[in-house]
Amino acid sequence: MNLTLKVWRQSGPQDKGRMVTYRVEDISPDMSFLEMLDVLNERLILEGDDPIAFDHDCREGICGMCGMVINGVAHGEQRATTTCQLHMRHFEDGAEITIEPWRAAPFPVVKDLVVDRSSFDRIIQAGGFVSVPAGSAPDAHSVPVRKEDADSAFDAATCIGCGACVAACPNGSASLFTAAKITHLSLLPQGQPERLNRAKAMVDQMDSEGFGGCTNTGECTAVCPKGIPLDTIAQMNADYLKANSK
Amino acid sequence: MAVTGAVMVLFLVAHMAGNLKIFLGKDSFNEYAHALRTLFEPLLPYRTALTILEIVLVVSVLAHMWAAISLARRAGHARPVKYVAKKSQANGYATHIMRFGGLTIALFVVWHLLDLTFGVVNPKGFDSAPADRMVAGFDPSRWWVTLIYIVAVVMVGLHLRHGIWSAVQTLGWANRARYKALKGTAALVSVVLVIGFLAPPLAITFGVVK
Repeated sequence: MNLTLKVWRQSGPQDKGRMVTYRVEDISPDMSFLEMLDVLNERLILEGDDPIAFDHDCREGICGMCGMVINGVAHGEQRATTTCQLHMRHFEDGAEITIEPWRAAPFPVVKDLVVDRSSFDRIIQAGGFVSVPAGSAPDAHSVPVRKEDADSAFDAATCIGCGACVAACPNGSASLFTAAKITHLSLLPQGQPERLNRAKAMVDQMDSEGFGGCTNTGECTAVCPKGIPLDTIAQMNADYLKANSK
Repeated sequence: MAVTGAVMVLFLVAHMAGNLKIFLGKDSFNEYAHALRTLFEPLLPYRTALTILEIVLVVSVLAHMWAAISLARRAGHARPVKYVAKKSQANGYATHIMRFGGLTIALFVVWHLLDLTFGVVNPKGFDSAPADRMVAGFDPSRWWVTLIYIVAVVMVGLHLRHGIWSAVQTLGWANRARYKALKGTAALVSVVLVIGFLAPPLAITFGVVK
């Protein structure tokens, strides 16, 4: 396959950045999107150019490191797929592909397609934990959990914190991420003692990081590689309202 | 957004029901307008209940606009650098025109008040019976007024199509099992309101009600 790439290049946080056009040739349809970029980067290195910086780690779709806006869609148009699991066979030969980093003030660009997602870490630090009794592991069935709650909590817990929700949101809101983390803990017995404090602390941290507000557009859940459902946000709102009316 | 929006939806339902009285005759419509002013008399003086309702409504409108502007400003600050290419993945035309629609509706409300409440742009003027203002306002010769109302009311319908379920989500009452019913209810309420609000002006413009 031969492709034309329009890639965001930005040498550092202070650089203004611009779109640069590259031609890539002889790309196998079986390559992943990141492997296609690897091919381009090898050529750029051989030519003495600076390779395109992008985040990646496991390349198995479970770590949440990779992520770029491909043709205007976070992680590309293939649903429920991280960029590393997106394969070139989903593109047409000769296609022109636009590649941009996540765009959000709380995700400043470090270089090219790499953004700093420390704001997510600070939201987790604000309350995304449970206080567990130290000591030996409890018996598996000592704390009963309803099947429905276990399923919903697990759905929320599949969030890999990639930030696609923020990238896709027209408001630049981190509600789906924060809601997934809140819901995953608030549906389980272990998460109950800190439930309301957690919701308040995490939502307040999210707001103070400079993310936008949620207007329920549903863009986040549409691009989420893990398909985190929108009702996690309702759960977060319920807990947050309860925490503030106490 | 959610609470103030809910107040306005309740108002719209009552407003629509009141408008439909025109089909029972001009007298029925005028009696209804009079009844609004004498609501809870003699417990409350003339026009007190209506004035209270009007104040609640104006406060709701202003708070709703303030919330919308705050959200839009926050969204602007959250994404200082725009995308070169951006493609929406969530389906929903209604969702995308919330801000534009809100602005259109706000402008329409100004026109609407000047027309049928204060009579400034109405052929009958302020000192006329409400039913006369209504019938004269949508006279066939003023078909363009009816057209403005159609556009505005459809815009209200689209606004509520997203707004109603969105409000329930914001208040934390939505869940996976309820989404389908919730979105269905939002669509139904929107359609009923659009039909209910458009029936009187269309009936007048096409000469069914004179």
